[in-house]
Amino acid sequence: MPTPLRYFVALACAALLSLLGCSRGSKNALTVAGSTSVEPFAELLAEHYMAIHPGSEISVQGGGSSAGIRACQNRICAIGMSSRELHDAETSLVEIPIALDAIALIVNARNPVRKLTLVQARDVFAGRIRNWQELGGPDQRITPITREEGSGTRASFDEKVMVAGMPRGRDGKAEPAALAPDALVQNSNGSVREIVASDPAAISYISSGLVDERVAAVVLDGVAPTETAIRSGKYPVVRRFLFLTNGEATGAAREFINYVLSDSGQKALAEEGLTRVR
Amino acid sequence: MREKLIERGLLLVALSAVATIFIIAYFIFREGVPLVAKVGVWDFIASAQWAPGKGRFGILPMIVGSLEVTVLAVIIGATLGLSCAMFLAEFAPRWSVRVLKPMIELLAGIPSVVYGFIGVVVLVPMIRRAFGGPGFSVLASAIILGIMTLPTVIAISLDALHAVPPLYKEGSLALGATRWQTLYRVQLPAARSGIIAAFILGMGRAIGETMAVIMVAGNALTLPTSLLQPVRTLTANIALEMGYASGDHQAALFATGMVLFIIIAILNTIALAVTRPRT
Repeated sequence: MPTPLRYFVALACAALLSLLGCSRGSKNALTVAGSTSVEPFAELLAEHYMAIHPGSEISVQGGGSSAGIRACQNRICAIGMSSRELHDAETSLVEIPIALDAIALIVNARNPVRKLTLVQARDVFAGRIRNWQELGGPDQRITPITREEGSGTRASFDEKVMVAGMPRGRDGKAEPAALAPDALVQNSNGSVREIVASDPAAISYISSGLVDERVAAVVLDGVAPTETAIRSGKYPVVRRFLFLTNGEATGAAREFINYVLSDSGQKALAEEGLTRVR
Repeated sequence: MREKLIERGLLLVALSAVATIFIIAYFIFREGVPLVAKVGVWDFIASAQWAPGKGRFGILPMIVGSLEVTVLAVIIGATLGLSCAMFLAEFAPRWSVRVLKPMIELLAGIPSVVYGFIGVVVLVPMIRRAFGGPGFSVLASAIILGIMTLPTVIAISLDALHAVPPLYKEGSLALGATRWQTLYRVQLPAARSGIIAAFILGMGRAIGETMAVIMVAGNALTLPTSLLQPVRTLTANIALEMGYASGDHQAALFATGMVLFIIIAILNTIALAVTRPRT
């Protein structure tokens, strides 16, 4: 090998080695990974936990529910996070519900339509109802906004709202109605809320903890997304936020989970707009 | 010896840039080709059904959307950009060039998310009020992208105009032509290849832009038939869905990238062919 090339190879190897060394990190760190919906809450809990238990280290990573489930199955992380229910192939994991999250249907604060049935909501998003007049509002075309394909919020919405009144198949499950192809697509709760807040004709859905005064949560089938309605299961669009472990949790993972399920952990989650499971 | 060492080193570094392009192409195609083979080339690029969860991978609306938005953006960028370059090259007083050129260059330094944000807050509601519809539309994306291509178009066409030998201009003026006639009939035709290259590079910038477009385009999956309809571009499709994609869905996003890669390669080839000096 000519001399300059050898220099370069040596340099490259050195650079690679130093990178590998850095990424390994501390051995005692507990890794929590998965759903981007659960991520901010888990981060908050981890901060609280580390404040009470000096010396402990918890790193929280996003990546999505499916990634979290896979990472947990492969023992890459100690605790996985999921904002959707486990599929049949994934049930080997232990699931620990940490909170409930209602998905609120939101409209612009100026929109007089505040009550919908599940079937009406389905028809709006399927493009069968296209004018607010049909729902008792002004003569204005409806702008439905949905989340991107693969989003956990979208999956829950499909499972709970888009199946309303749809014929059931042989396995007892209904196929969700197809979404109107001209529905706008946004990739975060934040941008969805921003658009609904500025467009009087818009309707969309976000995590109920994020509803603020600029948008209005719709009463669905006569039930508003209040804490009691969510906990009793009366509000129809509720999903569970799950922690997942591969086998029973032990050591640091067990302690963190205990904290999350404790009164102070649950209180912290409730303050952020989620609904307690305990 | 030292000379040789530096020479070889530079060569290696230079080659690494070329290697990067090949590595990127290799990985995109390795992930994308099997899916396209599975779905069928025709079904992939000519079907309007995109529902990865149900195994439907048709990116026609995105291809049409990307091209539509890009062409419109280039028309906007070319009109404004070329006029600006012509003004700066011939009519602008010396002091105003000193002020204007850095300001135009500054335009290139604004992050695209800022353009997108301005689009959402200012442009989209404006379009909604003026023309109806959701506001998130082909038109909004094209305007934002058109503005984003301006620095590229202006800088390169200005260079092209400056590269025209001053003799041409002097000769024309000496024959009694006005400045405008000289610019329009002599300098512009002489700078033609450079100006076309500016448009094509602007087009490359427009077709590859992602963040700003996601924010103002609405990203719906329909074939846009009017300027006021929402649209999803190829880049937006990848960026929107990659967070959750796995398996075939992920492969389909790589295949989307593959189509984008091919389109951009074609554009660049055209740019090269146009700018090559005629012999």
